[in-house]
Amino acid sequence: MSNIDKNTTFWGYRRENGRVGVRNHVIILPLDDLSNAAAEAVAHAVKGTMAIPHPYGRLQFGADLELHFRTLIGAGSNPNVAAVVVIGIEDSWTKKVVDGIAATGKPVVGFGIEGHGDHETIMKASQAAKKMIQHATSLFRVECPISDLWVSTKCGESDTTSGCGANPTVGNAFDKLYDLGTTLVFGETSELTGGEHLVAARCRTDQVRTDFMKMFDNYQAMIKRHATTDLSDSQPTKGNIAGGLTTIEEKALGNIQKIGKKCMVDGVLDKAETPDKSGLWFMDSSSAAAEMVTLCAASGFAVHFFPTGQGNVIGNAIVPVIKICANPRTVRLMSEHIDVDCSGLLQREQTMDAAGDALLDMMMQTVNGRFTSAEALGHREFVMTRLFESA
Amino acid sequence: MIHCVLHEEKDSVAVVVVEGIQAGQDMTALILDDDRTITIKANAAIPIGHKVAVKDMAEGDTVMKYGTDIGKVVAPIATGDHAHVHNIKTKRW
Repeated sequence: MSNIDKNTTFWGYRRENGRVGVRNHVIILPLDDLSNAAAEAVAHAVKGTMAIPHPYGRLQFGADLELHFRTLIGAGSNPNVAAVVVIGIEDSWTKKVVDGIAATGKPVVGFGIEGHGDHETIMKASQAAKKMIQHATSLFRVECPISDLWVSTKCGESDTTSGCGANPTVGNAFDKLYDLGTTLVFGETSELTGGEHLVAARCRTDQVRTDFMKMFDNYQAMIKRHATTDLSDSQPTKGNIAGGLTTIEEKALGNIQKIGKKCMVDGVLDKAETPDKSGLWFMDSSSAAAEMVTLCAASGFAVHFFPTGQGNVIGNAIVPVIKICANPRTVRLMSEHIDVDCSGLLQREQTMDAAGDALLDMMMQTVNGRFTSAEALGHREFVMTRLFESA
Repeated sequence: MIHCVLHEEKDSVAVVVVEGIQAGQDMTALILDDDRTITIKANAAIPIGHKVAVKDMAEGDTVMKYGTDIGKVVAPIATGDHAHVHNIKTKRW
């Protein structure tokens, strides 16, 4: 029994390529760190637009550069974004990002600073941004079937209440969403350590299982190459340990609760890769919160479930992040950050189904327009994942 | 009132879900999968979110939670002890 079914609809923005967004951002997207200043000036000059400053974007190469482009193009292509102004230090990489986003059919334009300077760039970009915000604010939400919704999940600053309460709440909601033809994703490759056999058992085909184990083993090998200790300061984190999580295996078992009991893993994605069909996907990704949510946004997901134990405060520039918590102390001390309080689960005051439904109810309100706590508090984290040093 | 929770009967640790557990305190432990309770006495003050042992364990034993191996015992643990980084370590890294 659930409060959503195959006839459930939500009010979303149907974009030129058919994808549905739950927000209507006009973003000023810097290609590189040098373009942040100009991007922020444009967002200040044209109200309602949002700059997404970030470091990096220079002298990257190989797979690291491909990921950089995939992340920026993906963020601009996300259906929560109505239109994009790209600003880069030079024209040719700027054009690459513009062309990538233009494939969605949405309005996008780019400006290179070299040969023009910040002032001229800001002027031209502001003129374009004004047209875009007036276009975006004339768009309407339309009624869309629930199967058009793409939902991602990652947990953060977990503690033992995550594995007992908040994460299974997400799992309960995911089981219900999975049956309705939605597109779902989970990740955090290193954080499955100790539970990878359980994820492997949920893979739908042998090919998916093989692909998943290859990603998992590669991540383990990378950690072993660079680790100087048993990682007991970094993974689990100090916050995890202060909250009572003892080993990576324990953390992994708690982590895996997020995929419920029934979902099968239908495919695997590289970082920021977009799925090509509905179902539950595993994305190879960091366990660092803002990196991973950013990768989900770049992959095209519209709304994010973020269970926390000790109190992660995260949001994201592109996707609304719903925070769920079962730790009564955190809910009390950091109430402004928590959207769904499921601490009743641990006092036998709430069933798992009721908790899952409460999350789905908050999801419906959020996708229909209600600000999450993170949005209300101005948390717009947007963090690039790097694979290795720049040249 | 529920003081701590474990996932299934074969788990060797439970998670404290209320603040202020003191040494000597009797705790009601909820077995989540069975929806039934058992009683444990705490041997120490255990912070909310931290684990309490629900079985005696010897050095080298496997710690069970979620019905699965979550690490190894590195110092002897008695039922009711605070179970955390001082007596449990990962087997993986």
